[in-house]
Formats: sequence, structure tokens, C-alpha cells
Amino acid sequence: MTPTLDLTVGPLLYWWPRAATMDFYGRIAEGPARTVVLGEVVCSRRNDWKFEDWLALARDLAAAGKRVVLATLALVASEAELRAVQRLAAQDEFEVEAGDASALQALAAGRRACPGLRPFVIGPHVNVYNRAALELHAALGAGTWVAAVELALDAVAATNPRADPVIGPHGPVATEVFGFGRLPLAFSARCFTARHHRLPKDACDFRCRSDADGLLLSSGEGEPFLVLNGIQTQSAALHALPAAGAALRAAGARSVRLSPCAAHFPRVVELFDAAYNRGAAAADVLAELRGLGLPGALVDGYAWRRSGMQPLAA
Amino acid sequence: MPEAATARRKPELVCPAGSLRALQLAVEAGADAVYLGLKDATNARNFAGLNFDDNQVAEGVRFAHARGARVLMALNTYADARDPSPWHRAVERAAALGADALIVADTAVMRHAREHVPDLPLHLSVQASATTWAAIEFYREQFGIRRAVLPRVLTLSQVQHVARHTQAEVEVFGFGSLCVMVEGRCVLSSWVTGQSPNTAGVCSPPGAVRWQDTDAGVEARLGGVLIDRYAPGQPRGYPTLCKGRFEVDGALDYALEEPTSLNTLAILPQLIDAGVAAIKIEGRQRSPSYVAGVTRVWRSAIDQATSGARFSVAGAWNTELARWSEGQQHTLGAYDRPWR
Repeated sequence: MTPTLDLTVGPLLYWWPRAATMDFYGRIAEGPARTVVLGEVVCSRRNDWKFEDWLALARDLAAAGKRVVLATLALVASEAELRAVQRLAAQDEFEVEAGDASALQALAAGRRACPGLRPFVIGPHVNVYNRAALELHAALGAGTWVAAVELALDAVAATNPRADPVIGPHGPVATEVFGFGRLPLAFSARCFTARHHRLPKDACDFRCRSDADGLLLSSGEGEPFLVLNGIQTQSAALHALPAAGAALRAAGARSVRLSPCAAHFPRVVELFDAAYNRGAAAADVLAELRGLGLPGALVDGYAWRRSGMQPLAA
Repeated sequence: MPEAATARRKPELVCPAGSLRALQLAVEAGADAVYLGLKDATNARNFAGLNFDDNQVAEGVRFAHARGARVLMALNTYADARDPSPWHRAVERAAALGADALIVADTAVMRHAREHVPDLPLHLSVQASATTWAAIEFYREQFGIRRAVLPRVLTLSQVQHVARHTQAEVEVFGFGSLCVMVEGRCVLSSWVTGQSPNTAGVCSPPGAVRWQDTDAGVEARLGGVLIDRYAPGQPRGYPTLCKGRFEVDGALDYALEEPTSLNTLAILPQLIDAGVAAIKIEGRQRSPSYVAGVTRVWRSAIDQATSGARFSVAGAWNTELARWSEGQQHTLGAYDRPWR
């Protein structure tokens, strides 16, 4: 029997109104995703969700049967940000997804002192590009590896082969591959959303709250190209691997990450589940995805060792 | 305010060497150390016509050591999962050829170096994007790194804070091209061209660049995407992806970063007082004359800043540095954050 390809709802990368966020996770709780990653990973100024708020939401989702992971900030610069990372890493009620080496330091220290703590997740912005790197992170207590978005499936397979997985103190490391959504491509100390509005970062007026899917940047010829999301730069197009179930399994993936967008996301989760686990025809799933009115074109170049922006084959 | 500089420790001046000629000029101009890479994808300036073969490394090491300078080898890309052996071999070549330290980003490479050449000091590359003291401590605790090169995203007070809280030495960029993105955490280049700094050691590689003459001016394209358009006679920049002109809300502008150079001469005493152990000049891809000119200025500046005399930036220094600046424009970058 084909093993299930689990679905993970990645961290919400935008700043939505609180009611919209609550409504979104209410819908996710009812859907087929096995894992939900929570937390603000982009900007520490997006502050209306406190640590306790995330914990409360995590408990609700866990009560609904979801595996919940709490993610740390990807770019940590200030001491206040570092303390927030360390606080997240110190709790053991939920698994933690490391956004950078500051988190790894705290997670590794915690597990040195107390080996029985939960496994952690190596987030997509921690640079693990090969087997030896994955092995040493596994030895520190990693249980799941989210591959960097630019890694081709052949590199994913070589790093953590299905037939010979990396083994850590928690057993075989599970591979997760980014499979849907605008790709997080870069981080900067500078906020590009604030810059666009001619505002200083520390008085940004929280303008990114108006961009439910980020702020579109087009080439000089008007072609959608990138998306400004505060200090993060994303692809304008959506990476989408609904037709790659067999290749993902062959590469050793145990789960696929779907990154939230503002509209139709619960349906996207259902469609990926149908494609991977319920025998739906990839062509039908793709046709429906294309008809949903998603915020960008569909691409998949990274999976096949091409430029990331290569359009999905028809 | 007068600078009380008597007790300042002299930071190491670390200069780029894309070729043996650049290495020699850097050392003669007063570099304390030079950094170089091999002719392959194991380092983050993997450009045709640049870098060193084994004989050139050996000759460079002889030249530098004879004049009291150190040679650091950049091995700062991420080993290819399908065949990490070039990275392993590079570790051993560095040790055999007499390099004084390795500049590394990949934890797998760090582990390999620790196991096979335990006496060769490791410097954490900027490509490892360690932005906090805790991140640096992670690499120090796990792999014994002696020094960390800080990403060009921290403010001066953040640099001070990091230097105070880690046991590793801290190296910062003093001059050169600016990455607006955090190094090691930017895949814009592979998004458009399939090749990135992390995997291939290149950003916006020349092979993906096309220049086209059109009625509207000269167009610079990367992977087919229009990055910028220049009127006749307008100075042209290399079409690095993040420095292009793009459209947001109907306005065409440098939406990410304008072509500028980092120049921290003005805050050199503060950087030294922050406890910075080394100052790095960017530009292995630049000409030997760039290396010579920029090194001479920084040699004088560091000597003056640590002489006990009051520090002031000499007009001639800025004139010389301006010759070599991208976009002919200088900025203190994140150290001073005019945009904060």
C-alpha cells in the first residue's frame, strides 16, 4: 500500500486581522491536514499575538486532533527577539520548529540537559543541504527536516533516502517538502513594505496588515515577479506540487508543507489530500487549483533542479 | 567628541584575493590577512577567471607568510547532497597547502574539518547567517569556530552586543558591495537562474545575463526577467537581481535596494571599541587595482584609529574609495540604519 503523504499547514506568513486568523484555523481544524505550524516567523513587530495566545490556539488545534508545532522567528537580531525564541524553545508542550541557529542553540542546550524532551523540527531556513548536516542535526534531537525551498527532489532524496533514512535519538528523521504557496525566498533587516510606503521600519504603521497575500512586485514589463512581505521577499508565483506525489514519496518525503494564502486555502488542503492520498487524478486537481483564483501562477521548477520560477508543465 | 584611542586593539585587516596578483597587491598594501577560494563551487565567488588552483594557493601562502600575512580559505557554500566530496577534498587541500584558517558555512563541512584537520581554525562564514550571539555560540559549541563574520544586517549597537556575549571573535564588513538580504538566506538568484550562492557560489550569474539594445534603451535581463533599462549614456550596473528597478503599485523604482557600496570608515573607532577583531573588505570578484587601492586606505585608517591620535577620515581616503564604489554612492548600511 502507498504510504500516506501527510499534509502540514505551514506558518501564516502574513499579518491578518485576528478574527480572520481565528476563522482560518477553525477551518484548518476541520480539514485533512495532520500538522499545523503556528507562530510569527517573519516580523517581531507583528505583535498582537502573544506567546500565550499561540499556546491557546495550539491547544485548541491539538484538541481537534492536530499535531501542532510552534515555529520561531527566521531572522533574529535584537535581544528581545532572541529571548522570545528562547522562551519558545524552552517549552515542551509542543514541538518547536527552529527558524535559525539561535533556536538550535537553545534546543540543543535543552536536550543536553534533558534528553527526554520532544524532537524538534529543522525549519526551511536552517541550511541543511546534505546528509552529513542532517545527521548532526538529528543527533542534537531533530525529528523532522523541512528541506530548504531551493533543494531539488534529487538532493532531498540523497540527504534522507527513503530506504536508508538518517536516524536520530527519536528514530528515523521525517522529511517534509514545501509543496504549495508563495515561496519565502529571502530575508532582510530592512522592511520592504515600509520602504515602499516611505515609512521607517520602526514607525511602519503596520502597513503589511493591508496585504493579505503580500505586496506584488512586477518586472519593468509588468510581469508578476516577487512579493514584498515586510522583511521577507517571496515569489509572486505559487510553488505547487500536487501532481508530484510519486516523486515526493520516492524522494523520501513523509509530509508536504502547504503555505497559507488568503482565499480558498481550506479547499487547497482538500485538493492536495485528494491528489496524494485519495486517488484523485492529478489533472483534475490541477484544473481545479487553476480555477480557484489563487494569487499567482503555478510553478514547480525547484523540485526538478531548474530555476524556481519555471511554470508547471501543463 | 575627542577619541580616546590609546588602548584600542588593532583589528586584523582581511582583504579579498580573487587572483594571485590581487593577493600580492593586498599583502604589499598592508593586509594582515587575505581570503581566497578554489576554482570551483566550493566558495561563494565562483566566477570564471577567478580564484586559485593548488599551485597558486601554495604560492600565495608562501608570499603571504614570508611577509607576515595570513591566508584564509573560503569554503563557504553548502556541499552538494549528491556528491559532497569536492568540499571534503577542499578541506584537506586547504590544510595541505598551508592555509591559516577555513571560512565555512555548512555544518557538514565544519564537522568534516573538525574530524580530519582538527588543528585548522574555523571561521564562520557570513553565509551561515549567524545574527545573534546565541547563533554564534551554537557553532562555537558544536564545531569550535574561532571567529564569526557577521551578516551585513546588524546595527552598530547590535554588533557591540554580539561581540560582548560570544566567546568567538567577531569580524565585520568594512567596505564593498552590499547585500541587502541576509547572506545565506537568499535564494532570489536560484528562483530566476537555478543557481544560488548557497549551492553554486554565485548570485545572478553572468551566464544568465542578457544585454539588449532596444528603442527604449539598453535592457539588462537576468533569466529573461527585465532587471533594469538604461538610457543612452547612462551608467550601467551589473543586473544583480535585488538591485533592479521593479514596479510596485504602479511605481517603477528600486523596490529592494539601490546600487550602493558599504563604507564604514566614519565609524571605524566605534567598531574597534565594540571589540571587533577583524574588518573585512568585500570584493574577490574585483580587480587587483581595487584590492590595492582599498587595502591601502584601510591600512592607513586602522593604523590611525589605533595610534592614540584623534581619528578623522582623511579626504583622500574617501576620494580613493569613491573610485571603487558601486553606483558611486556610499552608505553605512545597516550599521547606522537611516531607514530605521
